[in-house]
Amino acid sequence: MSGAVTTFLRSSIGRKQLIAVSGLLLCGFLVAHLAGNVLLLVGSDAFNIYAYKLHQLGPLLYVAEAGLVALFGGHLALAMKLTWENKVARGQKYYVKNRTGRGETIMSATMPYTGLIILVFLVLHIIQFKYGPYYSTEVDGVMMRDLYKTVIEYFASPLNTAWYVVAMFAAAVHTSHGFASSFQSFGWNHPKWMPGVKSIGVIYAIAVGGGFALITILLHVKGA
Amino acid sequence: MSDANMVIYLKVWRQANGAAEGKFVDYKVDTVSPDMSFLEMFDVLNNELVKKGEDPIAFDHDCREGICGMCSMMINGKAHGGQLNTTTCQLHMRKFKSGDSIVVEPWRSRAFPLVKDLAVDRSAFDKIIQAGGYVSASTGNAPDANANLIPKTIADIAMDAAACIGCGACVASCPNGSAMLFMGAKISQLAVLPQGEPESAKRTLNMVKTHDELLFGNCTNHAECVATCPKGISMEHIARMNREYTKATFSYFEPKNAGGAG
Ligand code: HEM
Ligand code: FES
Repeated sequence: MSGAVTTFLRSSIGRKQLIAVSGLLLCGFLVAHLAGNVLLLVGSDAFNIYAYKLHQLGPLLYVAEAGLVALFGGHLALAMKLTWENKVARGQKYYVKNRTGRGETIMSATMPYTGLIILVFLVLHIIQFKYGPYYSTEVDGVMMRDLYKTVIEYFASPLNTAWYVVAMFAAAVHTSHGFASSFQSFGWNHPKWMPGVKSIGVIYAIAVGGGFALITILLHVKGA
Repeated sequence: MSDANMVIYLKVWRQANGAAEGKFVDYKVDTVSPDMSFLEMFDVLNNELVKKGEDPIAFDHDCREGICGMCSMMINGKAHGGQLNTTTCQLHMRKFKSGDSIVVEPWRSRAFPLVKDLAVDRSAFDKIIQAGGYVSASTGNAPDANANLIPKTIADIAMDAAACIGCGACVASCPNGSAMLFMGAKISQLAVLPQGEPESAKRTLNMVKTHDELLFGNCTNHAECVATCPKGISMEHIARMNREYTKATFSYFEPKNAGGAG
């Protein structure tokens, strides 16, 4: 049995399905993250208490963080290997590169690039907030980190806000192909359902990418 | 035959063999009839080259009626010229204008080494088939047509997949040089039928293993293959292969004790 699993994990299709699982789980994470961000619009206390409660989870939070690192790391490593192997498999380049217009889209063609933008974003994002300026505040007699202030300060800059909007655009482009693509990778392509899955993917991409971007713009307006 | 001749400017990839340096050579063909197929234009050009004592352009072709899959050519960056559901031999010169410049390149893929000029070696496809793309049960004489009842919808799925002529346009146009549309079709055409289903797990495992070993790329669901497939094979066959593969991984095993009868 273990031999079969190893073969699967090394095979083209197995690795693709791992990229798909991790990609879909990351899509789920983005929804949860976005829901948390909505609290930024509710007010400083609501957001700070939310962040405080997350930290109160203690070991559970570490487990969740480790899970996210594994998801991102796995997705990334497999995706980079895939991109590299596919480049090699293509062989000598065509003199004239011309698509039919019926297959490849800008979304599908730019997966590695939008993925890299997300990666750069992710590293900076963690440095800017998690390890960013530390302020304290007291809410209902409890001392806690004023993460809200860190966020508002950051988005006061139009440049920072613009960069976040660009990164979220990249995430939207990435998931607009990725969401439906992962269903195909699992083999869940049914003539009855696939058009619906594709639409949901696009709606997801616009809602999540647009949602994050909108919140940063609103925070910029609020903080500037 | 229409009598108005067209003038076509060709830029064709010439390469003596796989190890040689290749380059584009420009040709002018001024006796092209709009009723000719793209290959017939090459026949005209090759006749002229032979008359001049030059080496004719090597290109693969056989049936010239869209069923053998030999006529591999990348025409202006599109496999078989990019016309929907059309092989190069079925592409007519009336689709072009007199005075057009056309670039013709061989299929490019690491798994399809170049033989000469526009001809490439597609025996990697044969190796994938040899790895399991068949039914090994002895079936005896042709059975009565109604002995195996197969719903029309299922028969149609199998037939759609079986339409694959193994031309390699999917590999040639795939940004990743993947053969998964070809392989998906070959797995699918057997997996849905009662004759092929029993061996599906082993077949899928072996064919995918061989595909990977032959250094074909991996599918990233662009569907550029589907867009250029002269037989309109669909992504659903790749999906069926994907789920057959997952299923096979977790269910297939080689029986340890053969026999035991007596
Ligand atoms: C929040 C972050 C991310 C999400 C939600 C996400 C989501 C997805 C999904 C759903 C897929 C489709 C899988 C499939 O078709 O089988 C995918 C594929 C891919 N991702 Fe990501 N991804 C994220 C981050 C990244 C990062 C950081 C990279 C990195 C470098 C990356 C690179 C790729 C590549 C190259 C593919 C394969 C392209 C393809 O199969 O067409 N992704 N991603
Ligand atoms: S020559 Fe047979 S398909 Fe074109």
